[in-house]
Amino acid sequence: MEEIIISTLQRTMIAGTPLLLATTGEIICERSGILNLGVEGVMAVGAVVAFIVTMTTGQPWLGVLAAMAAGMTISIIHAFASITLQANQVVSGLALTMLGLGLSGMLGKPYVGKPLTIKMNDLAIPYLSDIPYIGKILFFQSPFFYLAIFLALAAWFLLERTLLGIQIRSTGENPRATETQGVNVFLIRYFSVIIGGGFSALAGAHLSISYSKSWIEGMTAGRGWIAIALTIFALWNPGRAIWAAFLFGGIFVVQYLMQPLGISPNFLSMLPYIATLLILLLISLKDPKKLNAPAMLSAPYNRGER
Amino acid sequence: MIKITTSDRYNITPLRSLMTNVFSLMAGLLVVGIIFLVAGVNPFYAISKIFLGSFGSFYGFKETLTKAIPLILIGAGLTLAFRAKFWNIGAEGQLLMGAIFSTWTGLTFGDTLPPYFIVPLMFLAGFIGGALWGIIPAILKIKYSINEVISTLMLNYICAEFLTMLIVGPWKGSTRFGFPGTDNLPEAAILGVIPGSRIHYSTLILAIICAIILCVVIYKTRFGYEARVVGENPDAGKYAGIDFLKTSMILMAVSGGLAGFAGVGEIAGIHHYLGYPASVSSGYGFTAIIVAWLAKLNPLYAIVSGIFFAGILVGGDAIQISLGLPAATVEIVNGTLLFFLIMGDYFLNHTLNIRFSTK
Repeated sequence: MEEIIISTLQRTMIAGTPLLLATTGEIICERSGILNLGVEGVMAVGAVVAFIVTMTTGQPWLGVLAAMAAGMTISIIHAFASITLQANQVVSGLALTMLGLGLSGMLGKPYVGKPLTIKMNDLAIPYLSDIPYIGKILFFQSPFFYLAIFLALAAWFLLERTLLGIQIRSTGENPRATETQGVNVFLIRYFSVIIGGGFSALAGAHLSISYSKSWIEGMTAGRGWIAIALTIFALWNPGRAIWAAFLFGGIFVVQYLMQPLGISPNFLSMLPYIATLLILLLISLKDPKKLNAPAMLSAPYNRGER
Repeated sequence: MIKITTSDRYNITPLRSLMTNVFSLMAGLLVVGIIFLVAGVNPFYAISKIFLGSFGSFYGFKETLTKAIPLILIGAGLTLAFRAKFWNIGAEGQLLMGAIFSTWTGLTFGDTLPPYFIVPLMFLAGFIGGALWGIIPAILKIKYSINEVISTLMLNYICAEFLTMLIVGPWKGSTRFGFPGTDNLPEAAILGVIPGSRIHYSTLILAIICAIILCVVIYKTRFGYEARVVGENPDAGKYAGIDFLKTSMILMAVSGGLAGFAGVGEIAGIHHYLGYPASVSSGYGFTAIIVAWLAKLNPLYAIVSGIFFAGILVGGDAIQISLGLPAATVEIVNGTLLFFLIMGDYFLNHTLNIRFSTK
């Protein structure tokens, strides 16, 4: 029993990691006022690029860097359409997802089903990993896990405690007032969208080279969309995103735990999606004014307009 | 030095709108060509093959028309939802729900009822299935302010799993030799096709009628006007006393219901049984988003843009076979074209002033 609980919690942390990475990225992006529905597509691109580069070079970290570069590059398209050309952000984000899923399918075709022999070893934190129970769950994990927590905390610090963070937030709240303070709203928004893309790609890299160590088309399985929902659930706060993501990681793991009970596996596969709806329902029962959504989220900004 | 400034354009003629779309699509195809080139495929050959495979032969065109049926139905329904800025990304799930409802109806009553009775009954059931699945996000959005993009998407996944649960479990047919899927529909429940093709004409006619009716509804009725106000000026809508819940529920019932019709057509016209979700619909719910956008949210134009994107689906299949490209290629084409269509809107609504100065 003890073993089962520990391994369940361990797997919860692993399953929550990509959700946390993608959610953190989307929070930064949405805080600047840009809705990016391309997360799912960028995640797929990140996954395939990380896999291909790791396989051909044998260097997992090179794969991670390449994935981030690819994710940031492809996100520029959404930034250009929604910031410079003031296009509809919902449709532009969907286009990015279609493009990303398509590109990942094309790039990854020769690699489908090939196992990754190069392992990204789990990292034991000295001393801390020796703590009974907690050590195994929290301090003997994939490097992506530590990275995700560190980046979420860093994003919180960035948004809440730095000048750049204030500029990002005020751009999302009131771009015109921000511009009068001499801040380049376009630049801030480009920066936020591109950083967000890098985070999504990082989440994808975790899926392909650490979580499943293989590539199949559609392996992101809606995690990008769940991350967008978690952004709302986390009330656009990267600190809250940490426990939101691991709560959802738990739901992904519970599926496998309940399989021996004879429940239909298809019903269990529905759980994360049903839980997403339920959690949004729960949030909406709160006072909407306390939701704290960026006021100008998904509203294009036009410099000349008054 | 070159200085580029923009100013708003007010004289947007239908011709300029059409030409913007044409140029956007051409620019998009240019980029698709570059992607093909990078992938090591001759772009001229690949792109010409897409259009020759879909519009260049009699066989290809018949397939194009077959695939246009669900795209026209869903695309027309989406124009209504998108006009109200209700971003229904869940047509895929609504289609599947329509397929589930109509399969049940066909299997249950198909042996006892005559064709002229069972077929309309199946379409009715499919509409109800799609409409119910569409109304849920409408209620969630208006009553609980849950973002409809996320709710409709989550409902897609839920419906696909639900369908799979049915065909591997209680609905698994005794004639399938243990493979997932229901039994074939009885003869009376199967739609007629134009001889020598897979075009189930009753659904095609239904799609065109729906598009025409919807066009009248959007431009000539009070409801259509209210739907547009909800999208374009919600504040004014509130002051005018428009019931947002009722309006959203009706428009999503229609949008979902039309996707449900598409599901009936796929089951009763093409497959004749309910199989895996990916075989019931090859992403029609997503492609139809582009169909609606290319149609400038006019349901009548969705007939033309539906045929165009059906052609890209068929042509995509053709190059998949002849050039060994993955199935995802079509998604690249679709995503790229959608990007260029929305970016083209900027140049439709703005004029660029380019000045050369010596300074």
